[in-house]
Amino acid sequence: MSSGRDAILARVRKSLARGPVDDGTRAELQARLSGHPRGIIPARSNRDHGAQVDLFVEMAEAVAATVDRVASPDGVPDAVGDYLAQHNLGADIRMAPDDWLESIDWTQRPTLAVTKGPSAGKDEVSVTAAFSAVAETGTLLLHSGPSSPTTLNFLPDNHVVVLRSSQVVGAYEDAWDQLRAAGAMPRAVNFITGPSRTGDIEQTIMLGAHGPRRLHIILVDDG
Amino acid sequence: MSTTRPEVALFVTCLVDLFRPVVGFAAVELLEQAGCTVSVPEAQTCCGQPAFNSGDRVDAKTVAAQVIDAFEGFDYIVVPSGSCAGMLSKHYPELFEDDPAMADRARDFARRTYELMAFLVDVRGMTGLDAAYNGNVTYHDSCSGLRELGVKQQPRQLLASVEGLTLIELPGAERCCGFGGTFCVKYPDISNNMVGDKTTDIEKTGADTVLAGDLGCLMNMAGKLTRTGSSIRARHVAEVLAGMTDDPAIGEGQPE
Amino acid sequence: MKTTTRQFKDNARTALADTGLQSALDKMETGFVVNRANAAARLPEFEALRDQGRDIKNHTLEHLDFYLETFEANVQKAGGHVHWAATPEDARQIILDICRSVDAKTVTKGKSMIAEEIGLNEFLEENDIAPIETDLGEYIIQLRNEPPSHIIAPAIHVLKEQVADAFHEAHTDLDPGRSLEEPQALLDEARAILRQKYLDADVGITGANFLIAETGSSVIVTNEGNGDLTQTLPKIHIAVASLEKVVPTLEDASALLRLLARSATGQEFSSYTTFSTGPRRPEDPDGPEQYHVVLLDNGRADLLGTEVREVLRCIRCGACMNHCPVYGAVGGHAYGWVYPGPIGSVLTPTLIGVEEARHLPNASTFCGRCEAVCPMRIPLPKLMRHYREKAHEEKLTPAAERAGLGLWAFAARRPGLYRWAAGLVIRVLGALGRRRGRFASLPFASGWTRYRDLPAPQGQTFQQQWAARNGRRGRGA
Ligand code: SF4
Repeated sequence: MSSGRDAILARVRKSLARGPVDDGTRAELQARLSGHPRGIIPARSNRDHGAQVDLFVEMAEAVAATVDRVASPDGVPDAVGDYLAQHNLGADIRMAPDDWLESIDWTQRPTLAVTKGPSAGKDEVSVTAAFSAVAETGTLLLHSGPSSPTTLNFLPDNHVVVLRSSQVVGAYEDAWDQLRAAGAMPRAVNFITGPSRTGDIEQTIMLGAHGPRRLHIILVDDG
Repeated sequence: MSTTRPEVALFVTCLVDLFRPVVGFAAVELLEQAGCTVSVPEAQTCCGQPAFNSGDRVDAKTVAAQVIDAFEGFDYIVVPSGSCAGMLSKHYPELFEDDPAMADRARDFARRTYELMAFLVDVRGMTGLDAAYNGNVTYHDSCSGLRELGVKQQPRQLLASVEGLTLIELPGAERCCGFGGTFCVKYPDISNNMVGDKTTDIEKTGADTVLAGDLGCLMNMAGKLTRTGSSIRARHVAEVLAGMTDDPAIGEGQPE
Repeated sequence: MKTTTRQFKDNARTALADTGLQSALDKMETGFVVNRANAAARLPEFEALRDQGRDIKNHTLEHLDFYLETFEANVQKAGGHVHWAATPEDARQIILDICRSVDAKTVTKGKSMIAEEIGLNEFLEENDIAPIETDLGEYIIQLRNEPPSHIIAPAIHVLKEQVADAFHEAHTDLDPGRSLEEPQALLDEARAILRQKYLDADVGITGANFLIAETGSSVIVTNEGNGDLTQTLPKIHIAVASLEKVVPTLEDASALLRLLARSATGQEFSSYTTFSTGPRRPEDPDGPEQYHVVLLDNGRADLLGTEVREVLRCIRCGACMNHCPVYGAVGGHAYGWVYPGPIGSVLTPTLIGVEEARHLPNASTFCGRCEAVCPMRIPLPKLMRHYREKAHEEKLTPAAERAGLGLWAFAARRPGLYRWAAGLVIRVLGALGRRRGRFASLPFASGWTRYRDLPAPQGQTFQQQWAARNGRRGRGA
């Protein structure tokens, strides 16, 4: 459809009363893209790291996520097991094939039945890591990749995210900087803020529309 | 309160001129209390909103130019209506944006123009006055005054000094009453729904009087109140502040 | 999509008489309106963010060609495809061709106003492809065979009993005696039914809240997670978006995201905001094999050169309609086309014609509440007025209205005549109405007196009394 393309661009330029952007402007715009300047960052998240972690927890809980803080990675299997028990869930968990998650000794909680890989829609509980978390709104950032199947974030009824406190940043922009530093833009970047919800029936909020009914965050204190 | 004695021209507005002169006299009274010398230029008719809002820019400009002429030379132009004041101070400059001969004059005119409550409090520094009104009143914030001119706290501040008056805040006070100039006759069914919601809210406050700063909205609300058999009275806020409440309220009959 | 915009007045009357609709609409003031106000109050930077949002969009629109080309290049770099569609027909055909390339039988759809604008569902059905709406609200209205009535809450006009009826009728495999009284039961049923559809669909079609030039990403914002399932599970993901959705960088998108949910629902952030960039990578365990973006113009490129170009800043948050007293009275269907409320009153004349949509820009009191809450600071009343001016210039306004206006202008231009005539009329009306203080009917004012009394004038004009009482004095004499 290149004719459509050229015609549309020509109409855009006609409306802007100019031809293609000149070289000087192009250079400026390129510089804006590569410099990706930050705009106003709400002061809310401008605090020391410990307080940012607290803010993250507060904001996440405000949108009906549950948060369990554990002192070390060793505490994670029990935290998962307790969560399953608390909600009367079976012992099967579908885990992301993530190096850090795999470094945890899951046999500490022998009842857990761990399988790894993406979800085909039959799993009740997924356990994933996160790339980072944004204190500003209690938002988790997960992205697709070999160690992080996107289906785990949306198909299971219960999504358990194991987050290290060192991964918490203040604002979205901080997360972008880290992501850029990590390499090319992944296929999917998911900002997740609380469990799935809808207000489509008489403006009454209900949880668990299509995505997870529950979002549980296990926050590992790692300084 | 400011000590110089400014020359103020009252822009009466056509609704006040035609339907409720007492509002004009109340405005004059309040302006004089605020230490102003008040004139009423004779060559005024209407602010031009009927044309402007109907898409008739040509006639709106003609009328606007005439108003600007008629009010030349005064320190201030004061209007007992947020809607007309908004037209004068926000939209006149817009109308003449592309007219080099008039643009500066329109901007200068706009700078000198104030809605009555805003003028008394913000310009003249009035903090209270000597008036009494026995009753529970509620207050409707007319749209243009509120959103174009930021009139909100000024009438409340002045009302707070009126002896015997209790102000009960109106839930949804910032929602339009459905008047909208020609809107109310062009889309009567929709307008009726809006004013019905408004008068229901007014009734729920338990107030005996509803006040506002725009006669258009007041006539709309009063007309709906009397039609539905309500005994709640409607008055322009200036009437109460100036102590001119001997006349029957808007839409109220003469005592036999 | 069929339009009934011309019949706005009749539509409005029907809506006003619909008690179910009225009770649904009444909830907006206590829901959306209060929630937005609270969210804005919680963020001290909110007003400054609105200015910044406006500036970002203005900057983008000023260089729209550059950013669109950059976006395209980056989509391609990530292995995706960009298709340019000048018209709704073009867009529909492009989408159909993609669907046919994999012999698609069913497509799942995330909420997309652009898909509504191009009438995609009807078109796919005509071509034997079943579109399945997955947003709960969209799913409900699809079953009810009606268009959305709100851009972010498409089924806001539907009562839960009506949802239950629609489900009983559509889900015939389920026990007809099951109880669907509770909203939760409705939600669970929809969840179960749609879950299978996601897994079965060949193609997933979503809209896009933003397109990001820097990365070639499309962004969707949802609370339900339906958009993510739609774009993750099928073989092909197609995002349809209009030209003006593009923004330069991730930072720019973040700045606008800070405004979107707060303005729309009063949430700090929606549950899911997803940035999609190209198809699944060789090492990815899931995700679509193909990624397409269909860029729709449909008049927007031309619009950019007109007085209403500011409307292109819109981020479709719905705040203007949530706060609009006219929308609150008649709901979305009365507007008769895709976009209701104040944004619809500006977009509709632009996209389907000034004459067809003549009522919309007129059916406003200019109360200004839409502009006061619009996160992108779009001067909606001013743009509506622009269309009133256009209609006036093109003599599309009714003759009676023009005649009345002419008479008014004639008098308003002649202060002497005006004073004399007004004095006369007012004296008569004053005398007639003095005792009751009002008129229950007046022959020339039936629009007014059908529903309310007309307060009677006090008897003499202010000008007459002022002249009599004070003599003409001062410089105004
Ligand atoms: S016009 Fe403004 S308020 Fe209305 S939907 Fe668009 S961005 Fe939101």
